[in-house]
Amino acid sequence: MALLRRSETVIAGILLLAMVLIGTINPAFWQLDNLFSLMRSNVIIGIMAMGVLLVLISGGIDVSFPAFAVAAMYLTIKGMLALEYNGVVLPLLAATIMGLAFGAVNGFFVYKFRMIPLIVTLGTSAMVRGFLLGVVGTSMININKMPTALINFGRTDVVSVTKADGTTYGLTAMVLIYLGLALAMHLVLRHTMIGRSAYALGGDPEAARRAGFDLRKTIFFIYCVAGALAGFAGLLHSGMIWLANPRDFVGLELDVIAAVVLGGASIFGGRGSVLGTMLGVFMLVMVKNSLIIMRVDTTWQLVVVGLIVIAATALSAWRDRRRAA
Amino acid sequence: MKAQMNIRSLVNRDNNILQLLVMTVLIFAVMTALSPDKFLRYYNFESITYIFPELGLLSIAMMIAMLTGGIDLSVVGVANLSGILAGVLFHKMAGAAGIADTGILTVLLGGVIALGTGLVAGTVNGLLITRLGITPILATLGTGQVFTGLAIVLTGGPAIVGFPTAWAFLGNGKILGLATPFVLFAVIAVLIAFVLSRTALGINLMLIGTNPKAALFAGLKRERMVLYSYMLTGVLASVAGIILSGRTNAAKSDYGTSYLLQAVLIAVLGGTNPAGGRGTVLGITIAVAALMLLSSGFQILRFSNHLIDFIWGAFLLLVIAINAYKNRTR
Repeated sequence: MALLRRSETVIAGILLLAMVLIGTINPAFWQLDNLFSLMRSNVIIGIMAMGVLLVLISGGIDVSFPAFAVAAMYLTIKGMLALEYNGVVLPLLAATIMGLAFGAVNGFFVYKFRMIPLIVTLGTSAMVRGFLLGVVGTSMININKMPTALINFGRTDVVSVTKADGTTYGLTAMVLIYLGLALAMHLVLRHTMIGRSAYALGGDPEAARRAGFDLRKTIFFIYCVAGALAGFAGLLHSGMIWLANPRDFVGLELDVIAAVVLGGASIFGGRGSVLGTMLGVFMLVMVKNSLIIMRVDTTWQLVVVGLIVIAATALSAWRDRRRAA
Repeated sequence: MKAQMNIRSLVNRDNNILQLLVMTVLIFAVMTALSPDKFLRYYNFESITYIFPELGLLSIAMMIAMLTGGIDLSVVGVANLSGILAGVLFHKMAGAAGIADTGILTVLLGGVIALGTGLVAGTVNGLLITRLGITPILATLGTGQVFTGLAIVLTGGPAIVGFPTAWAFLGNGKILGLATPFVLFAVIAVLIAFVLSRTALGINLMLIGTNPKAALFAGLKRERMVLYSYMLTGVLASVAGIILSGRTNAAKSDYGTSYLLQAVLIAVLGGTNPAGGRGTVLGITIAVAALMLLSSGFQILRFSNHLIDFIWGAFLLLVIAINAYKNRTR
């Protein structure tokens, strides 16, 4: 009974129902290559969603992470080309640190000036994007110039299958990175003091402060981790699509926030889980992907995502109200 | 003598206004010093009076949403959708004479549709926030996406080009030698200033923003007042959309996307407290003027639009820091 009441169970139920429905309308949905490509589309949004989950749990919001992701990605690849460096680990580390540094700026403004996170992150987002496009450059780095090590890393598969007509397809190994990061986030949220303090901050900042949580440390941790995950995901993304586009990720913040809220995180802070978020991400990616399979005009995508946000937030608000009452 | 007194009482009432005026003069002086021959031309100021009303109206709309501690992230979507719906109507109704000569009745109908769009959009936002209890950020983030999405569905992507002459007059024309959008802005600004400071709605909104709990216990109809404020916000956004489509003779789903950041920046810079309870039309008006001088100066200095975005963002963070510093010393 307790299992049934958990929001993860509800989300998983809805997800299964939606899968059966989509599969009935178009059986192509259940083909292995479609499922593999679905999982592949989960990776980048999923990694970013882990950061946004942390921010939402703490009662904040972040709209700057797509800008951080694109800046970390583009600057790292520019740097690799300038230094003629070809590798994987160091660049990923560099992008992560860059994202972390950007996130620290968010944390500084949110903590030091007690400013609404939305307004702070709007500002940092505009600054980072404006700087990237205005100072660093606007030209895409195509596959012929991309560092080969990144591309080779991005195309690694866990399993690969050969079709009857000789073409091969596989499940990208990036899924493992996503799962690893998700597990790490789960452990941090459930079993460390800093994770618990994020929940405490989202539940009631004043109570958290009086209970002895170090809010400065918590806020910096939250925004730094969100930034770091975004930077990491940004570079990983360019390795997976073999392209570095300084205008990438525009509007992605809504998809990711939608996925996290869909996954049962409370819009008022204090509630949310990694498992729920992963289900929410899968649901969002699946719906967007299935619109194409079901031949719905792509122009409807924004409307659908917007409606999902509204429905998910309305449900979340309704649930949390009832719980409080 | 009396005028002097008035100015003094005005400045004393809100020393934020004084700071804004000083800042505006400073920006003016710096830009004049940097490129005197280009910046001081009459044409430069005239073009500012055409461009700033749409941003000014969006900023006032943002300020009204902030009065109750909310925010409206859907204003740009509402503005574009309003312009596009009117444009679709004109293209459907255009006779053999062409769109430019559309009859005045059709133009009026287009105006009603555009304003109605804003009213409906604002009502949806208001109901989502008051009835369903969604936080304003997420509610308007979602509806903004839906409005922009509907705009894309209606146009299929490209811009709707060509509006009636009478419609274009609202964005391009002149009344008594002044830009029509500027006159429109002035009238609306005075009207909103009156509503906010002299009517029950305005006073209620300020009180609700200052202390929601006290307002509730005092028997204020919080839900209804907040709903009205978002309806007003929506209508103001659609007026901005009318002016924008009239000025550019086109409407597109992704016009003015950088206006969202700028409207938030101007609202905060203009002395609005995003946590609610404080905000004036006068502050917004001066802030818009200051930032318009700034951005036209940078454009004359040949800064790219991306760099100007960077400067807007930096300015927003700077203003936050300064406001926090001021509040600490007080």
